Amino acid sequence: MMEIAKALPTFILFSPLIGVAVILWLPRQKSQWIRMAGLLGTLPPLLFAFFLACQFNFTRGAVQFRQDLPWFSIPLGQQKWNFSYQVGVDGLSLPLLMMTAIIVVLAAIASFSIKKREKGYFLLFLLLEMGMLGVFVARNLFLFFIFFEVTLVTMFFLIGIWGLVNRERAANQFLLYNGAGSVLMLLGFIGLLTLFQTMDFDRLLGIMHDPQIMQMLAQNEMAQKVLMGAFLCISLAFAIKLPVFPFHTWMLKVHTEAPPPVVMIHSGILLKMGAYGLIRFGVELFPTQVKEIATILAVLGLINILIGAALAFVQKDLRRILAYSSVSHMGIILFGIASLNVAGLSGAVFQAVSHGFISALLFFFIGRLYERTRTTDITELGGLASPMPVMTGIFLVGGLALLGLPGLSGFISEFLAFLGLFHTQPIIAAVGTLGLVLAAVYTLRAVLTVGFGPTDTRWRELTDARWTETIPMLTMVGVILLIGVWPAVLGDPIQTTLEQIMARMGG
Amino acid sequence: MNTLIDYDWTVMAPELTIVVMAAFLSVIDLFLHPNKDRRLFMWPTLIGIVGAMCFVGMSWGKPAYQILADTYRVDDFALAFKMIMLIGTAFITVMSYGAFRKEKGFAEGEYYYLLLTALLGGMVMASSGDLITLFVGLELLSISTYILVGIRKRSVMTNEAAWKNVVLGGVASGFILYGMSFLYGLTGSTNLFTVRDRLGEALTSGYDLYAWLALFLIVFGFGFKVAAAPFHMWVPDVYQGAPTPITAFLAAISKTAAIALILRMFLIGFIPLFQGGRGTVLDEKTGGRVLLILAGLSMIVGTVIALRQQDAKRLLSYSSIAQAGVILVPLASWGPFLFPSTLYYLTGYLFSTVGAFSVLMLIERESRDSHLSSFAGLSRRSPFTALAMTLFLLSLAGIPVTAGFFGKFYILANAVVTGSPEHWAMYLIAGIMLVTTVASYFYYFAIIRMMYFRASQVEEKLRIPVGAMIVISVAAVATLGLGLMPQLVVDILGNVDWGASLAPVK
Repeated sequence: MMEIAKALPTFILFSPLIGVAVILWLPRQKSQWIRMAGLLGTLPPLLFAFFLACQFNFTRGAVQFRQDLPWFSIPLGQQKWNFSYQVGVDGLSLPLLMMTAIIVVLAAIASFSIKKREKGYFLLFLLLEMGMLGVFVARNLFLFFIFFEVTLVTMFFLIGIWGLVNRERAANQFLLYNGAGSVLMLLGFIGLLTLFQTMDFDRLLGIMHDPQIMQMLAQNEMAQKVLMGAFLCISLAFAIKLPVFPFHTWMLKVHTEAPPPVVMIHSGILLKMGAYGLIRFGVELFPTQVKEIATILAVLGLINILIGAALAFVQKDLRRILAYSSVSHMGIILFGIASLNVAGLSGAVFQAVSHGFISALLFFFIGRLYERTRTTDITELGGLASPMPVMTGIFLVGGLALLGLPGLSGFISEFLAFLGLFHTQPIIAAVGTLGLVLAAVYTLRAVLTVGFGPTDTRWRELTDARWTETIPMLTMVGVILLIGVWPAVLGDPIQTTLEQIMARMGG
Repeated sequence: MNTLIDYDWTVMAPELTIVVMAAFLSVIDLFLHPNKDRRLFMWPTLIGIVGAMCFVGMSWGKPAYQILADTYRVDDFALAFKMIMLIGTAFITVMSYGAFRKEKGFAEGEYYYLLLTALLGGMVMASSGDLITLFVGLELLSISTYILVGIRKRSVMTNEAAWKNVVLGGVASGFILYGMSFLYGLTGSTNLFTVRDRLGEALTSGYDLYAWLALFLIVFGFGFKVAAAPFHMWVPDVYQGAPTPITAFLAAISKTAAIALILRMFLIGFIPLFQGGRGTVLDEKTGGRVLLILAGLSMIVGTVIALRQQDAKRLLSYSSIAQAGVILVPLASWGPFLFPSTLYYLTGYLFSTVGAFSVLMLIERESRDSHLSSFAGLSRRSPFTALAMTLFLLSLAGIPVTAGFFGKFYILANAVVTGSPEHWAMYLIAGIMLVTTVASYFYYFAIIRMMYFRASQVEEKLRIPVGAMIVISVAAVATLGLGLMPQLVVDILGNVDWGASLAPVK
């Protein structure tokens, strides 16, 4: 039993391949079977993830379920560069792993609306899931990079084949921006490799927090430069992914052009890979360097919050409103990271998970809505509450969670992030609170226009939610409520791990 | 003085096998009725190549051996390059099977034995310890490929390609020979080791200008052969006009042979120019910088022009210019992985290039055109081919998990390790490599876009001949396998004492 438990991350990681293998054998015409296989294929990772969460020791901050298998090595003179398959889960990756496993199942249900080339779609969908899970369990930079790239390539196809009218441009832009980001990341990783001869994350952590080695490095000007360069490359890569303000254009395109289930994943999980990367490789790995740019991060966060909120307010398309609101909410994550204390960082992780579920819920709604109305323009929509009360009600809950209503998950995460930043950068944090007001304004504008007011004759006949729609949406609402009223469910593992990170940073 | 009988001729077994097979085929071709189908020539060709591979494998790991008055060397360096070229030619032989069946007046007999002589030229180049053998090998390869490029006598485009190839290739050979003549003039020897010993003397006694002149002339000629910018003008036209298997040969095997040549020349003959050429008009880093410029320009020019291509064959030929730049980075940066990273990249590049060109060949046969739009809807017409092509393109673009990704990673690590404040150019070249890599996504994915995002006018299944099918499958497995398990090749390459390959035999 213990042997199996030790390999749980590996099981989680590769279990989507079961679905891939099954779908490969199904004939192309049996679209109904393929859909079912696709949905069932997302269940094993979820089951394994739940099993892992049950076995997880919440009082330990360190990495658990660590697995280390040699993969290959490059001889370099007398010594060797070893590259290993290293996976593990700690309090930081567990919540994101769980979130990924859950949202992917719901997105698979939403994917039933995909009506062409189902076989290819679900194959890529499951491979994408594997990539995302791999990003969150990898404990080796090389492995991390490979899974990061897997998500890049699969997303390119998912956007480009099943997207809306301008899908090809959206796919291209996605590829080029994120390609540039991952190439930067690779450069940063190689910088670390040449400096420390390893890509093992836990060994790098040990080295970066070893006062003796750091003192030696402090005298070596070259090493300092390489270290700073690597840090900047890696941060920039994740800043593009998050996205931080000037790099956000690709993400708008994806939000508006990709098929709704893919946007659920994109906005719910892929953007969070940026946040996760910034915390894992920025804060955890580079404690000294990140302190130097904390203020810049806070300012960037402020810009994200305000610009995102302001632009969300003037949009007419529901997808674009949510896209800009994502920009704004990612700013809050930056706030949490910039604070560099336990409260702020747990706020950032909370925000990543909570916004993951909220945006997945909202995009699930939008996908269903689009299927019925063929438009997401809020000037055309209105008064939908009377033909479809349940759907609109859930949409309202999602909106309220987005604007941070107490009792829902959005509140606790924003509260923590701001609390953290008020300790270190009170002025920026104070200006940032303006974003919360704006969030209420643009969210309510969208929700109220769509849901209430006079109902257009076109929308009188719309059907309300079927059970295949209600169950996933209520699941997400349930998670949002759960985190809102009982934050400890998420907070405990995060807390212990973050405290350990902070203790290592020395304050 | 040794007599010819004293040499251990078995070390030349791979070359001799190829010679015997080429001679055998040419005689058979002579006596066979002109109207007879010569498709079956593929088999003897393949048997010869596989036999040579076995001999190469058997000599691997043995100490270096020199024969024919030290003009011909058999060492691990030569064997590794020979192996790559043999594998590549085997692929091209198999993919040609049945490829020209419907063409009238296609000299299929010549086609196969000229492939063998071209391969032989490349092998001689890899094994040379002397300027003369080096040049003989180069010319054997070049002249064979001149004919192969023009083997479709009745096609206008092929004739243009052949003509350009002969004229420009001839000029390039002339440059190399001119450079070699300066070397001989300075040192009084054509033996690379003697050249090395005496060149240092020449540098300090006021003849440094001629030494540098020799270097630059050889680099010019080499630039042509390896298809590096700014000597790349001939590449797109020749690649486009040549029969597609021959294009693959030029892109994969000719390039490998040219890299072998320049490595030998630089790391043996010209080494005094790089190791503190005191009192020279140019400073000691210049030699390396020549290659850096060549590498950087190739990557930039190849990538930028490829962005605008609408023809898949031209696109791949510009991409091969950019790839030539990447392959030159290790040599330009010297680092601890110079040999293994170059050889690894060449191996990965070989599989992806040959694979990509064989898919292209199928498309060309169907639509009589290599325009990008011919790829439209391939994912429907032949899911397997589309998937394999995607894999090859991902590998060329350097995206995991493929051979090309690990190769680029290896080269990049090599460049970054060498970098230092005095050696800042390494960071620059690494930067250029990364930027062009991202830009290259755009054009490699242009083909993928066509295959998966666009619908095709033709709906019927793509017909795939057996030969091409085998080549595509094997290349796809190798591209993926080398990406997942780089250890397979790294183990072989990483543990060789490359220094011994470059030392004279006592």
